[in-house]
Amino acid sequence: MDWGSILNNTLAGLLTPTILAFALATLGLAMHFGFAGLLNFGIAGFMAVGAYGYAISVLTFGLPWWAGMIMGVAASVVFALIMGIPTLRLRGDYLAIVTIAAAEILRLLFLTTAFEPVTGSADGLFGYNNSGGFAEANPFPVGDYGWGPWTYNEQTLWMLVFGLIVLAVATLLLWALMRSPWGRVVKGIREDEDAVRALGKNVFAYKMQALIIGGVFGALGGIVLATSTNVSPGVYVTSLTFFLWTALLLGGAATIFGPVLGSIIFWVLQAFLTNILPALAESGILPVSGIQAATLRYVLVGIGLMLIVIYRPQGIFGDKREMTFVK
Amino acid sequence: MSSNSESQKSTGLHIGVAAPGVKKVDPILVIDSVKKSFGGLTAVDVEHLEIPRGAITALIGPNGAGKTTLFNLLTGFDNPDTGAWSFEGKQLAGISSFKVAKMGQVRTFQLTKALSLLTVLENMKLGAKNQTGEKLLNSLFPFLWRKQDNELEVKAMELLRRFKLDAKKDDFAASLSGGQRKLLEMARALMTDPVLVMLDEPMAGVNPALTQSLLEHVLNLKKEGMTVLFVEHDMHMVRHIADWVIVMAEGKVVAEGAPDTVMKEQAVIDAYLGAHQDTDLGVVTGRIKVISEEGK
Ligand SMILES: Nc1ncnc2c1ncn2[C@@H]1O[C@H](COP(=O)(O)OP(=O)(O)OP(=O)(O)O)[C@@H](O)[C@H]1O
Ligand SMILES: [Mg+2]
Repeated sequence: MDWGSILNNTLAGLLTPTILAFALATLGLAMHFGFAGLLNFGIAGFMAVGAYGYAISVLTFGLPWWAGMIMGVAASVVFALIMGIPTLRLRGDYLAIVTIAAAEILRLLFLTTAFEPVTGSADGLFGYNNSGGFAEANPFPVGDYGWGPWTYNEQTLWMLVFGLIVLAVATLLLWALMRSPWGRVVKGIREDEDAVRALGKNVFAYKMQALIIGGVFGALGGIVLATSTNVSPGVYVTSLTFFLWTALLLGGAATIFGPVLGSIIFWVLQAFLTNILPALAESGILPVSGIQAATLRYVLVGIGLMLIVIYRPQGIFGDKREMTFVK
Repeated sequence: MSSNSESQKSTGLHIGVAAPGVKKVDPILVIDSVKKSFGGLTAVDVEHLEIPRGAITALIGPNGAGKTTLFNLLTGFDNPDTGAWSFEGKQLAGISSFKVAKMGQVRTFQLTKALSLLTVLENMKLGAKNQTGEKLLNSLFPFLWRKQDNELEVKAMELLRRFKLDAKKDDFAASLSGGQRKLLEMARALMTDPVLVMLDEPMAGVNPALTQSLLEHVLNLKKEGMTVLFVEHDMHMVRHIADWVIVMAEGKVVAEGAPDTVMKEQAVIDAYLGAHQDTDLGVVTGRIKVISEEGK
C-alpha cells in the first residue's frame, strides 16, 4: 500500500473549495435545526437553488458573476418563502416532509430535458465562471502557492480565498445573531413555540427569518461549490442532505464552530476512506473487491451517524450539560 | 395573617345580585356566548362573563370543567365555535395568541412550559416585551441593545430572588424540579409587565412554605395594579387571596360571587368537598335533574 499518497490525499482534503461549500451548507442547517428547531431535509435543494441561480443568471441572462451570485441568494430567499409560508404554522414534521419533497422536485426540474437550454439537463452548466468574470476577478498572479499537500495554483487559491471569506462572514453572522436577544427568541422557539407565543413574540416571523437565513447559507454553499466545479443535478441529491446532517450532528448542532469542524472532519474522513478502503481491498486485507470497498464507506458513514446520535447527541463541540437533557 | 389579607380584599366589584354572568363595575374582560365543543363534548359554553379589573379572580371547578379550554380560547391558543370577547374594550376574537399577549393579557400553562435548554436567566429575559435586540437587524449591533439587556437582567434577578430561583440562574431550565418550573413560568410571565395575568394552577406542586410567600406576591401584583385571573384547586389559596370566585362545571359558569359566600353555596361544596354526595353537581347545570327525577 502507498501510505504516502493516501496520507497526502487525505491532508489535501482538509482545505478544498468543496469542504468550504459543505461547511457553509452545514452552517445553514445549524441555523435551521440546531438553533431554531426547524427540520430541514432539503438543504441540498437550497444549495442547488444557489448554484443554478448563479449559473443561469450568468449564462442565460448575461449578468456579471457578482450579480449572478446575488441572484442565487435571492432565489433561495424565494425558495424559503415558498416552503415556509404553508408549513411553518404547522407542526415541525411537516416542514421536514415538504423540504425533502421540494428539494427532489427542484432537482428533477433541473434534470428534465424540458428546460435543457437553460438548465443543461443532465449535463449541468459550465463555463459561467469564465463568461461571468469570476475567473478574471482573480487577484492572484499566475503561480503555485502553499506547500506540501496544500499546493495550489492561482485559480484554486482564488476559489479557496473566496470560499473562506464567505464562510468566515457567515460564521460571524451566525455567532452575532445567536448571542443576541433575537437568538434567544429563536432558541426559545426550538424549545417550545407556544411558550414563546404566550410571551407575545411573533413565532411565525422568527421561524421564517431563521429559515431564510439558513437557506441563504445553503445557497452560498452551492455558489462556492459552483466556483470550483460544474453545476450538475447529480450533486444535489438527497444523500448530500444526509451527509450534511451527519456533519452537523458530528460537530454539534447547536454550536457555531461545530458545523464547520464537523464538515471538515466528515469530508476528510470520507477522503481517507475513499483512499484507504480500495487499497486495503487490493492488498487482500479486506475480503471485498475494490468497487465494493468504495461503497463500504457509505455503510461506515451510516454506522457513524447512528453511533453519534446514540452516544453523543450533542456532537463533539456541544455543551456537555445539554447531553443530560436531550429528549 | 388572615385578618391582614382580609383587609386587602377588594369588594364592591359587581352590580346587583351575584349570579352567573353578573355585571361588574369595571370589567377588564367581557365574554359573550363563547362556545367550544370537541366532537360531541361541549367543553366550554359561557353565555356571559365579566372579569373585574384590578382584582384577583379565581376560576374553580372540577376536573374537565373547561377551565383550561376557556383560558386557551381567551388567549388565542384555540378558536371557539362561536362567541366574542373583549379585553379592555378591544375585540379579541380571531386575534392570534402572540398579539393577545402583546396587549398585556399574558397566561401560564397548566402543563408547565419551561424552555428546557435555555438557562433560567435566559428564560426570564425572553419574557420581556419590546426588546430592541429581538429585531433581526438590530440584533447584529450590540450597542443598540446591550444597555436594555442589562436592565432586563437586573429586573429578572429581582423577580428570581422573590421566587427563590436566583441561585439557579445559570442552570438549564431542564434541570429544575417540577415545582421550580411552575415558579419560573410564573416569574417569566411577570417579565412581560402584564395588565391581566392568567395563571393556570400556579400552585400545583409548589411546597406550602413557598406557597405562602407566593400568595403574598400575587397580592402584591394587585397592589401594583395588575388584574389576576387564576385557576386553582387549592381552596385555601382561593379563600385566602381571591376577591371574586367563578365556578365552572361542565363548561358552564354555575356560580360566582365573593369567596366566602360562593364557597357556602351547596353546588360548590358538593363539587369540591364531596360532603353531600346525594346532590350531584349535574343538578346545578340542569342536566342531571331530569335523570334523578326519572329515578324517583
Ligand atoms: N384538545 C381536546 N380534544 C378533545 N377534548 C378536549 C380537548 N381539550 C379538552 N378537552 C375536553 O374538554 C373538557 C374540558 O377540559 P379542560 O382541560 O378545559 O378542563 P379543566 O377544567 O382545565 O380541568 P382540570 O381541572 O383537570 O385541569 C374535558 O372533558 C376534556 O376532555
Ligand atoms: Mg385545566
